[in-house]
Amino acid sequence: MATKQVKLMDIALARSGDKGNGSNVGVIARSPEIYAYLDKELTAAKVADHFSEIALGGVKRYDLPNLNAFNFILEESLGGGGTETLITDAQGKVHGLALLHMVVQIDESLLSTIKHD
Amino acid sequence: MNTAKKMIRVANAQGFWGDSLLGPKRLVEEGPVDYLTFDYLSEITMSIMQKQRMRDPESGYARDFIKMLKMIMPQCRDKGIKLIANAAGVNAPACLAATKQALSEIGLSGVRIGIVEGDDILDRLDALTNEGEALVNMDTGAALATVKDDIISANVYIGAASIVEALQQGADIVITGRASDPSLAVAPLAYEFGWSFEDYDKIAAATVLGHIIECGPQCTGGNYTDWRNVKDFAHIGFPVVEAYEDGSFVVTKHDGTGGLINVESVTSQLLYELGDPARYLSPDCVADFTTIQMEQDGADRVRVHGVKGLPATDSFKVSMSYANGYKILATLCISGPDAIEKAHIVSDMVFARMKMLGADIPEEDRFLELFGSNVLYKGIVESPEQPHEILMRLGAKGMDANKLNVMSSEIAPVLTSGPPGITGFAAGRSRASEVVGYWPALIGKDKIKTTVKVEEV
Repeated sequence: MATKQVKLMDIALARSGDKGNGSNVGVIARSPEIYAYLDKELTAAKVADHFSEIALGGVKRYDLPNLNAFNFILEESLGGGGTETLITDAQGKVHGLALLHMVVQIDESLLSTIKHD
Repeated sequence: MNTAKKMIRVANAQGFWGDSLLGPKRLVEEGPVDYLTFDYLSEITMSIMQKQRMRDPESGYARDFIKMLKMIMPQCRDKGIKLIANAAGVNAPACLAATKQALSEIGLSGVRIGIVEGDDILDRLDALTNEGEALVNMDTGAALATVKDDIISANVYIGAASIVEALQQGADIVITGRASDPSLAVAPLAYEFGWSFEDYDKIAAATVLGHIIECGPQCTGGNYTDWRNVKDFAHIGFPVVEAYEDGSFVVTKHDGTGGLINVESVTSQLLYELGDPARYLSPDCVADFTTIQMEQDGADRVRVHGVKGLPATDSFKVSMSYANGYKILATLCISGPDAIEKAHIVSDMVFARMKMLGADIPEEDRFLELFGSNVLYKGIVESPEQPHEILMRLGAKGMDANKLNVMSSEIAPVLTSGPPGITGFAAGRSRASEVVGYWPALIGKDKIKTTVKVEEV
């Protein structure tokens, strides 16, 4: 089976916001087949590695298979809390797009499961 | 008066304090709606409002709401649209007085205003701790004693029950303090359909509904990954939900408005600021987001159903804020070549000069962010080695505001005494501002009594 290198953005969508001293990143697979692939591929450890300079307290993953979605909690990712920090992205608003920059290797056949509307 | 309606339309008209006034204006003009909800409060706004109130006893609520009322109330009156808003912030009496004043200024009478209070526990903190409420920090486990003397605001996230009571007493406008965001939408459904708060699945469905619309257009195409598919951001439609008695609902928007509603745009907002999806805690219930079913139901319509819920926990969440010193932030634009190197020299220079003036800032209290050198995607995308320009954000934190303010006088002199190619000082001198710490805690529900009062003007 031929594989192809794509950005996570090509196969998923994301939204992020603040959660206390951390942030959350919701990820939605663009098809149920891609959800099944990401279930194995997009582990908390891999996301923690991706955010190694941002999520200083590690990453936790929750699953929402009913919505083909995952919820990642990025601990200590706001430079010390939304009301106190001086960093520009004090609420983790861009962490979603930041995750979608991840490069992944995927079976080409899975790409055809995405509906373009 | 409870009339058994088959479907009611609930719309979120403002999603935060400072949101566009066009939301409510367009919602009442562009299509049918029964209830408008207004969600003004967040952890940060509560502390800002408390500080405003300390300076001016007549302030401390969402003034936007008053301006907005004057704009839309005549039409709401004609169309029978009811308003539910957590506009009272930390000053319900002042908000009520301003609401009455606004209605009289536009010549409306016979309007019933409900006010829900009891969320503010600032004056009761000593008594509550004596009664055994520890109010430890939920995130860190720290004891309240470490910040008790510095507490600025303390409010309980209250639920929908008191809002329902106000609606039962005929309120056309319900104003609350720190009602939880989704409860603003749970209340009209529970009232109109006569739901019991023990009908957990339906209360959970309404909680999901409230969560989806609480940030307005963030579920109708705003902040959406596939932004090229979103039509006409300037006229983006605010969410209007058609809610049914069985707990199912359709997320849609008025015809002719911009934006995009599909399963992905609604799911995106469902995931926003989410913790454990199986246990979404609200004062009204525990909603299980892993049971939600969604499907497209025509253009710009998404049907949501199947939501399961559990009884609410026996505690309320408390949101407290406390004074935690000061911060200052100054910005300068630095051009290349060698912009990054020059920025570090400028930073060292400013802190050295502050020290010469008696304002030594320890290393750990200094802050430097070089915008344009890969700040937002740190460690994720490759950084430019030689940006042609960067925005230097130089700052410091500390307990002494006067010491921090020395920084403001040492920024401009950098232009004449530092390296070349520095500009962008048009904003003028910055000043130290208060740092507000956030202290989330839990409190026994038996300790909180909300009150409901309905007045006619």
